[in-house]
Amino acid sequence: MNLKELVPQKLKEKFPDITFHISDYKDELTIKFDKKNVVDVCKYLKEDDDLQFYYCSDVTAVDWAKRKNRFTVVYNIFSLKNNFRLRLKSDVDEGNCAIDSVSSVWGSANWHERETYDMYGIKFNNHPDLRRMYMPEEFEYHPLRKDFPLMGIPGSLPLPKK
Amino acid sequence: MGLESYIKESGFIATKLDAIIGWARKNSVWPMPMGISCCAIEMMAVGDPKYDIARFGSEVMRFTPRQCDLMIVAGTVTYKMAPVVKKIFDQMPDPKWVIAMGACTSSGGMYRSYSVVQGIDQFLPVDIYLAGCPPRPDNLLYALMKIQDKIGKTKAAEFKNLPELNVIQNN
Repeated sequence: MNLKELVPQKLKEKFPDITFHISDYKDELTIKFDKKNVVDVCKYLKEDDDLQFYYCSDVTAVDWAKRKNRFTVVYNIFSLKNNFRLRLKSDVDEGNCAIDSVSSVWGSANWHERETYDMYGIKFNNHPDLRRMYMPEEFEYHPLRKDFPLMGIPGSLPLPKK
Repeated sequence: MGLESYIKESGFIATKLDAIIGWARKNSVWPMPMGISCCAIEMMAVGDPKYDIARFGSEVMRFTPRQCDLMIVAGTVTYKMAPVVKKIFDQMPDPKWVIAMGACTSSGGMYRSYSVVQGIDQFLPVDIYLAGCPPRPDNLLYALMKIQDKIGKTKAAEFKNLPELNVIQNN
C-alpha cells in the first residue's frame, strides 16, 4: 500500500479522538494536529512495524507574526524502511509558548529542540537539557522571531574592550 | 658576496639599533593563523609550494599565540567568537600586528546580521585590512609585505606596552 494513504489511515485508526489535517503538496505529505498529542503520535509513528519513522532529521518552527496561534512547530521525520519522508506540524500560541519535547522518542530531537528554543523562544516541556544552542547563555532575545530587528538589539551582545 | 663583502675589512658595521632589529623582525614574522572560516583555506594556500610564504620568512605558522608576532584573522568573527579571538590576541607577546583578512573580518562583509561583528577593529587594533571574499593568496602575501614595511619602519619607542627601563635594571 502507498505510504501516503497508509500513514493517515493508520493514524486515524490508532487515534480516533485526534483531528488530523492532512495535506499533500508537491508530493510531500504533511500532517497537522494538536500539540498536546505530539509525543503519543511521534512514538507511534516510530514504533509501528509498518511505518518505522526512526530518523528525526529536523525540528524547527515558523513565526507567523500576527496570526492567532503565532508559531508552528515543524518536525521532519524519515522512515528508512520505506524511504519515505513525513512532515508533522503543530501550532503553538504565544501566550502559552510551550510544547512537549519529543527527545524521549528521537535522541536527535534534543539538539533540534534546543536550537528551536534558542531561535524562537518556544519551550519544550520535559526536555532533559533546554539551554541555548547558538546564542550566548545570557542573551535575552530570540533572533528568528519576526519582531527581532535584523541588526539585533544594540548592546545586547557585549564585545571585549579594545 | 652579501653582507660579508662589506664587513671583511673591518669586521663590524655601524647601524641604528632600530634599523637592525626592524630588519631582523620583519624577515621572520611568525603568524598566528586565526582561521575561523573560508578565508583560512586561502591562508593555507599561501603556505603551499605554489605561493610559498616561506619566501618571506613567515612559514612557521604557530598554533600557540605565545610564539607569534602577527595574527591573521581569517574568517567571519561572530559576537560569540569575539572574546576568544581577543583572548588569543592578548596572549601574544608584544610587539604584535593584526591582518584583518577578507571582507567579513574587515567590515562584516555580506553578513549584515545580528550575530556577526561588523569589523574586528571594534575590539582589535588592525594594521592591514585585506579586501576580497576571500582574498587571493597573492593578496595575502601583499598584505604580509605591507606589514613587513611597517615593521621595518617602526622605531622601538613607538611600540606600545614597553616595560619601563628601571624595571629591566632591577631584574
